[in-house]
Amino acid sequence: MATVTQSTQEVTPSPSPERPGGPGRPLRRLGDRVFSGLSTGSGVAILVILAAVAGFLLMQAFPALTTSPEVLQAQGYGPFLSWILPFAWGTVWASFWALLMAVPVSIGIALFISHYAPRRLAAGLGYVIDLLAAVPSVVFGLWGSIVLAPAVQPLYLWLNTYLGWIPFFAGQPSGTGRTLLTAAIVLAVMILPIITSLSREVFLQTPMLHEEAALALGATRWEMITMAVLPFARAGIISAVMLGLGRALGETMAVAMVLSGAAVVHFQILTSQNPNTIAAVIAQNFPEAYGLKTNQLIAGGLVLFVITLLVNAGARLIISRYKEFSGAN
Amino acid sequence: MSTATTTRNADPLTAGQLPGYTTWVALAGSLLVAGMIDASLLGGFDPGTTAFLGAVIFLPVAYLVARVVQGRRAAADRLATNLVTGAFLLALLPLLSLLWETLSQGLPRFDVTLFTWSMRNVIGDGGGAAHALYGTLYVTGIATLISVPIGLMTAIYLVEYGRGALARGITFFVDVMTGIPSIVAGLFAYALMAIVFGPGTINGFAGSLALSVLMIPIVVRATEELLRIVPNELREASYALGVPKWRTITSVVLPTAVSGIVSGVILSIARIIGETAPLMIAAGFTNSINTNPFANPMMTLPVFVYDQYAHPGVDRIFYNERAWAGALTLIVLVMVLNLLGRFIANRFSPKTGR
Repeated sequence: MATVTQSTQEVTPSPSPERPGGPGRPLRRLGDRVFSGLSTGSGVAILVILAAVAGFLLMQAFPALTTSPEVLQAQGYGPFLSWILPFAWGTVWASFWALLMAVPVSIGIALFISHYAPRRLAAGLGYVIDLLAAVPSVVFGLWGSIVLAPAVQPLYLWLNTYLGWIPFFAGQPSGTGRTLLTAAIVLAVMILPIITSLSREVFLQTPMLHEEAALALGATRWEMITMAVLPFARAGIISAVMLGLGRALGETMAVAMVLSGAAVVHFQILTSQNPNTIAAVIAQNFPEAYGLKTNQLIAGGLVLFVITLLVNAGARLIISRYKEFSGAN
Repeated sequence: MSTATTTRNADPLTAGQLPGYTTWVALAGSLLVAGMIDASLLGGFDPGTTAFLGAVIFLPVAYLVARVVQGRRAAADRLATNLVTGAFLLALLPLLSLLWETLSQGLPRFDVTLFTWSMRNVIGDGGGAAHALYGTLYVTGIATLISVPIGLMTAIYLVEYGRGALARGITFFVDVMTGIPSIVAGLFAYALMAIVFGPGTINGFAGSLALSVLMIPIVVRATEELLRIVPNELREASYALGVPKWRTITSVVLPTAVSGIVSGVILSIARIIGETAPLMIAAGFTNSINTNPFANPMMTLPVFVYDQYAHPGVDRIFYNERAWAGALTLIVLVMVLNLLGRFIANRFSPKTGR
């Protein structure tokens, strides 16, 4: 950043009073050069930081990826791919359940705030939901493991007894309630605000004329929403859900504090043997890790980084396409 | 209900409509039935089960009543209204439960000792989070010092200078950067320190670097939005007086938006002050006060909460109490920052005249 500025200054020693480029070109003052250099440099610095995140992670992950499987096996780590796969599965599986619970509820909340709640209350209610986003994740973790897990444990027993024929609810239910489903509930609560606030924005952008036209034709409020609001907002909802997914995939503390996960791959979500997530396994093991183990965990972080990057970039692409082609206004 | 509708049939405007109190009557009736089922059949009254059962009874009952009296479309509308309202109430449950538990379990240890003692040589009862408060102050402060200039200048670039591919690319990657998982930011800071200063370099500054990666995009987003709503007339008036562009930005654009920028910065501090995972990795754990961010691990408040919960000693209750008290402190801090940010934004925002 600083080097960019200095180099531009060196090229132009001092601003001359007469216009150097002839009468057609505007005067470029020293302050202007410095300022535009600084601000452009900051913008470029962001790209550099993002590249550095990928680069440094790759450099530190390299030993774990290139060390021969025998050496890794001898140190008790196992080859990287078979180490990461169960945790990748856990990450996807927990996020799936979190989305399953969060998406309908948050779309409902967004509709409530944008189309159902009294106008005067709507802004205040939106702020209440935003409060959820302000709670630090470590507090969610504490709440999830000490308060939520014992509270939902009877429900798990009930699910297991009466719905145990569904593969998800089968197996020996956990006695503590600290299961994958509990972690998914906490994740769902944490991604609720982001999905809600983004879909609410889109719902509010629905052209008023579309809504009024539907109502004037005799549609009920729900018919108006299904005919005018939801089709208009479809792309916005999809990208909001993807951003929520990105948040759920990378969320660490809630899962790390609720689950005592293991490296297993199965579909059951009520047992005490739960697949751990990549982020949680890094958080739980990193403080005590040394040597190759550190490299292996960083390589795991790299995998997580790539997954969330793809999900987020996809969501942003949908948003930008949608901005270009939406028929609003 | 049927009597109410037959007597009202005289009025053509309300004929075939349910009276306004139908929902409340149905809700109260459902809850009553649910409570009785819960108390008699399921062994013991429990508010949670009753509320859940009540909702299960209420939704079809309200639907059927509307279906009989008003018809299919109105019934679907009523069902949707009830579901949407229910979704909102459902989301309030975890929020209220979390706030209540944090308050009730955190208050016993929310005392002077918490803010004046560290955990050095403390086993069991006593001790506090002073070391973590110092750490949070240093780490967040340095992260703010790094992020605000970069974020602010980037926002200025995007609004005032940015054209073409570079600006589009920066906008896109700032958005992508907001989605970086916090733990990856921590791993990045650790990897950077390991390569530059040797493996295992863990200190407060590394934590600040990790937080900066998370904070910069938030600052860019917040300030960019603010700079864009500065009216163009102000810039044009300034150019018309012959003021150079950079002077226009520093003495016209920025002062107009300053209250929003300050509040945006405060809100972004509130967003990152609760980050745990990156600090665990980059800034580490310690039980002592460390006021040098460039050497040795530095405890921070969120990591303190995690540490007390995850690595308890004998008599777990003391450790849990400290964890809740730390959580309460953290929530109070975040709420105060949020309110302060919103207050500044509302109180000092320029009047745009419309």
